[in-house]
Amino acid sequence: MAESGIGASVRRKEDNRFLTGKGRYTDDINRHGQAYAYFLLSPHARAKINGIDTSAAKQAPGVVGVFTAADLAADGVGGPICGWVVTQKNGEPHKSPAVSALASDRINFAGEQVAVVVAETLTQAKDAAELIEVDYDVQQAVTKMKDSLSSSAPQLHDDVPGNLCFDWEIGDKAATDAAFANAHHVTKIDILNNRLIPNAMETRAAIGDYDSGTETMTLYTTSQNPHVARLVLAAFMGLGPENKLRVVAPDVGGGFGSKIYVYRDEIVTLWAAKKLDRPVKWVADRSAAFLTDAHGRDHDTHAELAVDKDGTFLGLRVSTLANVGAHNQIFSTATPSYLYGCLLAGQYKTPAVYGEVKTVFTNTAPVDAYRGAGRPEATFVVERLVDKTARELGMDATDLRRKNFIPKDQFPYQSPCLVQYDSGDFNLLLDRAKEVIDYDGFAARRQESAARGKLRGLGLSCWIEACGLAPSAVVGALGGGVGQWESANIKFNPTGSVTVFTGSHSHGQGHETVYAQIVSDQLGVPFDSVEVVHGDTAVVPFGMGTYGSRSGPVGGGAIYKAAQKIIEKGRKVAAHLLEASAEDLEYADGTYTVAGTDRTKTLAEVAFAAYVPHNYPLDEVEPGLDETAFFDPANFTFPSGAYFAEVEVDPDTGHVTIMNMIGIDDVGTVMNPMIVHGQLHGGFAQGIGQALYEQCVYDENGQLITGSLMDYCMPRADNFPMFTTEETNQPCPHNPLGVKGCGEAGAIGSPVAMLNAVVDAIGTDIDMPATPEKVWRALQSRAQAAE
Amino acid sequence: MYDFNYHRPKSIDEALSALTSASDGKLMGGGQTLLPTLKMRLASPSDVVDLGAISDLKGISDQGGAIVIGAGTTHAEVASNAAVKSKIPALAALADGIGDPQVRNRGTLGGSIANNDPAADYPAALLGLGASVKTNKRDIAADDFFTGMFETALADDEIVVSVSFPVPEKASYAKFPNPASRYAVVGVLASKGPAGVRVAVTGAGQGGVFRVAAMESALDGNFSAEALAGISVPSGDLNADIHASAEYRAHLVGVMAKRAVEAAG
Amino acid sequence: MPSVSMTVNGKAVTGEVEGRTLLVEFLRQNLNLTGTHVGCDTSQCGACVVHVNGKSVKSCTTLALQAEGAEVSTIEGMATNGDLHPIQAAFKEHHGLQCGFCTPGMVMSAADLLQQNQDPSETEVREWLEGNICRCTGYQNIVKAIQAASQEMKG
Repeated sequence: MAESGIGASVRRKEDNRFLTGKGRYTDDINRHGQAYAYFLLSPHARAKINGIDTSAAKQAPGVVGVFTAADLAADGVGGPICGWVVTQKNGEPHKSPAVSALASDRINFAGEQVAVVVAETLTQAKDAAELIEVDYDVQQAVTKMKDSLSSSAPQLHDDVPGNLCFDWEIGDKAATDAAFANAHHVTKIDILNNRLIPNAMETRAAIGDYDSGTETMTLYTTSQNPHVARLVLAAFMGLGPENKLRVVAPDVGGGFGSKIYVYRDEIVTLWAAKKLDRPVKWVADRSAAFLTDAHGRDHDTHAELAVDKDGTFLGLRVSTLANVGAHNQIFSTATPSYLYGCLLAGQYKTPAVYGEVKTVFTNTAPVDAYRGAGRPEATFVVERLVDKTARELGMDATDLRRKNFIPKDQFPYQSPCLVQYDSGDFNLLLDRAKEVIDYDGFAARRQESAARGKLRGLGLSCWIEACGLAPSAVVGALGGGVGQWESANIKFNPTGSVTVFTGSHSHGQGHETVYAQIVSDQLGVPFDSVEVVHGDTAVVPFGMGTYGSRSGPVGGGAIYKAAQKIIEKGRKVAAHLLEASAEDLEYADGTYTVAGTDRTKTLAEVAFAAYVPHNYPLDEVEPGLDETAFFDPANFTFPSGAYFAEVEVDPDTGHVTIMNMIGIDDVGTVMNPMIVHGQLHGGFAQGIGQALYEQCVYDENGQLITGSLMDYCMPRADNFPMFTTEETNQPCPHNPLGVKGCGEAGAIGSPVAMLNAVVDAIGTDIDMPATPEKVWRALQSRAQAAE
Repeated sequence: MYDFNYHRPKSIDEALSALTSASDGKLMGGGQTLLPTLKMRLASPSDVVDLGAISDLKGISDQGGAIVIGAGTTHAEVASNAAVKSKIPALAALADGIGDPQVRNRGTLGGSIANNDPAADYPAALLGLGASVKTNKRDIAADDFFTGMFETALADDEIVVSVSFPVPEKASYAKFPNPASRYAVVGVLASKGPAGVRVAVTGAGQGGVFRVAAMESALDGNFSAEALAGISVPSGDLNADIHASAEYRAHLVGVMAKRAVEAAG
Repeated sequence: MPSVSMTVNGKAVTGEVEGRTLLVEFLRQNLNLTGTHVGCDTSQCGACVVHVNGKSVKSCTTLALQAEGAEVSTIEGMATNGDLHPIQAAFKEHHGLQCGFCTPGMVMSAADLLQQNQDPSETEVREWLEGNICRCTGYQNIVKAIQAASQEMKG
C-alpha cells in the first residue's frame, strides 16, 4: 500500500485552509453592491393571515424591497417540493400539499417565513421587518401526532383529510399474524424516538446574484447537493432555465441531511436578487435555524416480537406514527417509509415481519432525513425490542441475538422487508465487541460501582443499515423521483497533474483527500498532484450530491470507473508512443510496459502526448486525456456493527455517566482509516446526544421551547469518554472499491446501545433522552413498585 | 441589536454621570448576559455604560478575615487568585464553574450579582458566605441585596464597587448544572464561619437565591451530611422547566446540600 | 459614528463602527478576517473565539468598542511565515476537524488553555472546551490534538 493510496490514513488536503481561517463558507463571500435579506417569521404555529401591510417597512431607511407570497405568485415562483412518492396501503399516492415559498394565507408552524425585507444593511432589514403588520387570526395549533389524527383536529391543509400524509405498509401481514398465533412468548414495547434539531455549526445561508447583462443567476448556498438544487429550482420553482442558473455550494459547515433540501429562504433570496437586480445575501441566525431547519426523527411506535420456546424469533410487528411536520420536503416521505421499514428485520433471520407507518402533518417545523434518516429509528425499535425480549426470557442479551443472526453463509440474504443484504459477518462483529468491552468482566465492574453507590449498566446494539443511495432502479421502483447514480470526471492536465470533478459534495467528509487517494492509487499520480473539485454546477458536469452515506460507495465508484477509462484510453496512446500493440501493454502504478521488455511510458508522458502531439493517430484515438464515468450500483450497501455502551447512574440525581462506548463496524473496504474513525466518532456523539441529551420540545401552542442552545442540549466534549472504534470488514460485493459507507453508521447504531445500557442500569424501560430527571423518576417508580 | 451610545468611563463618577444623563442608560460589566439580551432585541437602552475600564472596580485583596473582590474582577481572576484559593477555595471553585472559559474571561462579579439571574452561581456565594456588597453609596448585606428574580436592592444610580467575603471555617459549593446552558439547575453553598452556618440555594427558587433555615439549624450543632437527613424544601416555590420539575429541584436541593456539606469537611 | 483602534494580529487597525457593532462583525466585515465564525446567537458555540489581550473571549459577545486599544489575535494570525502553529499542525495530524466551521474557535480556545496549562489531562481539555461546540467530530480527535500539541509545545 502506498503512503497516500487506498487504505492509508492520509492527512487531509482541505485542512490547511480550514486551520488558517481561509475556508470559504457562504457567509465569507461578499458580492459587490450586495443587499441583505431578513425574513419575518411567524410567531404563531397556526393562524390564518388576513392581510399583510408592508407599507411602513417599505418606507424605512435603507430598504430596497419588501416582498410577500403575492409577489412570488405574480412571478410564478414555487415552494418546497417532495421528491419521493410513497404508495399507500390503498394504492393511492401519499398526500403532498402545495406550499409556497412565503406563507400566503395560512401559517402552519412557528417560524414559517411570512415576508422578506431586503435592505442596504442587515440591521436596517431587521428594523424594517418590525414595521411589517401582519393581521393574524390565531388558531389552536396541533403538535402531537395522535391529536392531529383525531377527528376533531384542525385541518392543516385543505387537500389532506385527517392530516394524514400516508398510511403505508411493508412485509407480509398474514404470515406475521400466523407467526404470532403460534408464538411461545410475545414481547411488546412502546417507543418514542425523540425529535432532533440538526444544528450543523454553520447555519444555512444563501447569496443570490443576478447578471442582467447575460441574464444569468448564481446562487451561493449551503447545500449538500448543488446540482439537485439547480434542477429543483429550475424545474419546480420557476427560477431557471438551468443553462442560466449556476449553483455554488462552497465550503459548507456540516449538513447531516439538513442541507439536502431547497428551502424557502434560498428560493426567495435567489428570486429577490433577480427582482432587484443586485446581489442579496441571507444568513440564518441560530434562532431562525432552530425554527426553520428540517428536524429529524419524531416517531411513536408500538412493536411486538414473537418468539419460540428457545428464543428463536418467529415474527415482528411494528406500528409507527411518524411526524412530518407542517409540510413535505424532498425526503420526508421516503425517510419514515422505505429508509425505515426496509431495515426492520435487523441482523436477524426473523421469517415474518410486518410494519405499518402513518405519517402525520402537525403544526411543527418540517421533519426530514437527518443523520441516519429512518435507519436509527428502525435500529432503535429492533434492538430495544430484542433487548427487552432477552430480559423477559431471562436469556443473555448476546446469546439471544447470536441465536437469531443471519449466518455468514446465507448472504446475499433476502430480507422480508424488500431489501437484499449483500454481505456481513455478525458473529465476528459481536465476538470482537465482547472482547473489546470485556463483556465477561462486566459483573465485577457492576459490583465495584455498586460499592460506590452507583448503578452500572451495559447496553448492546447489533445493527445493520442500507446506504449508498442509488441504486437508481430500486429507488425508482420504490417511488424516488430521480435516479441516484453519481458522476466523476477525471482530467489529466498536459503537464501530468490531475483535476477530478465530482458530483458529490464534501461538508466535512474529506472528499478532497479520499478521492485523491483513489486517483493517486489507480493512476500512479502523486497524491499532491491531484485536485478534487466539487460544489459548483458551472464546473462539475452533474451529480446527485452527498447524503445517505453515498460518497464512498457511489461517488467513489464513479471515480474508480473514470480512472479505468483513463487507463484504457492511455493504453492506446501509449501503444502509439511505444510503437506496440495495445494488447501487449501491461499497466501498473501509472506506467505502461511492453510485456517482456523494459520499454515504458508513464501516464504523465501519455497525457502530454495526448494533449500537444505533433504526431498523433487521430484516426485511432482522440486527443486529450479526460474521461467521465457514471456509477449506479446494483444494490444498496449494508454496513453493520456491534456496539456496546457502558454507563454508571447516580441514583441520587439520575445523572448518567458514560463509562465506555465501543463499536466494531463492518463498513466494507476502508479508503482512509483516519477519516472513517472520525466519521464514527461523530456518529457516536450524535447517537449518545439523542439517547441522553437532545430533545426538541414544542408546547401545546406550537411554540418551540427548545429554540436555542440554552435549552436544546448539544453534547460537549466533557460529556464523553474516549471511544473505541474498530472494523472487521467484509468488502461490499457490488461496487468496485468494496466500500459500504460510514457517514451515518455511528449515529444509527449508538442511540439504542446507550439507551439499553441505561435500562440495564436502572432495571426499567425509559424513553430517550434519558435525562437526569427522567432517570430519577424511573428509579422512584421502580422503588415504589417494589414496595 | 438596537444601536446605543457607548460609554467607557475611567472612574465611578464618570460612569454615574454618563448613566444619569442618559435617557435610558444601562450599566455593563463584562457584558456576557447583557450583550446576548441586546442581540435578541429584548432590551433597547439608549446608552450602555461599560464599567470595564474603571480600575477602582478591579482587584482582589486579602484583608485577613475577609477577601474583598472588586466588582469588575472577572470570574477567571477569582478562580485563579491565590488568596481566594487558599482562604475560600469554595469561592474559587464556584467561579471556575461559571459559564465557560471565555465567559469567565469577561464576565464579572459585579455584573453577575447586579443581574441576579435565578440560575447564576454568585448569588449563592454571597448569600451562603454572608458577604457584604459595597456600592458607591453604602454597604448592603447579602441577605438584603437579592430581592427577587432579576431584582436587587440596588438603586438606579447605584454601582457595585466590591464584595467582601468573610473567610469561613469551612465551605463548599455543589452544583447540578443544566445540561444545555450549564447554568445551575440547583446550586447549594453550605458554610460555617463568622456569618454562622449558612445554606444558600440558587437555581431552584422562583424568587432567586434563598437560604434554608431548617438545614442551617440542623447543621448548627452538627455540621455533617447526616444532620440533613429528612430535611426537604417544599417544591411549591421552586422553578419548573423542561429540564427539571419543581419536585425534582426540591429533591436536588437535598442532595446537593448534603454533597456540599460533605465536601466542606 | 465612533471610531475604534486596536491591534489585530500585530497590525494597527482603525475603523468606524456603531456602538452596537460586535467585535466579530468588525473583524469579518471591516477587516475581512472571515476565519472567525458566528455559529450561534446565545454565546455558546465558540466558533467566534479570538484572543483579546492574550485571553480567549467570544467575539460575538464583545463589542468592537470594548476592544479599543487592545491586542486582538485571530486564527489568521496563528501560523507564522506559512508554518502552521503546533496546535494547527496537531489538529491536522490527529484529524481534529471535519467541516472546519468550529475549528478556528477550537484552535484559539486551545491556545489559551495551553498558555495556562502546559500539560493538561484529557479531563482538563474536555472541561476547557465547554464553550466550544462541534457537531462533526465527537470531540475525540480534537482532544487528542490538543494534548499532542501540548507535548509538542513543551518540547
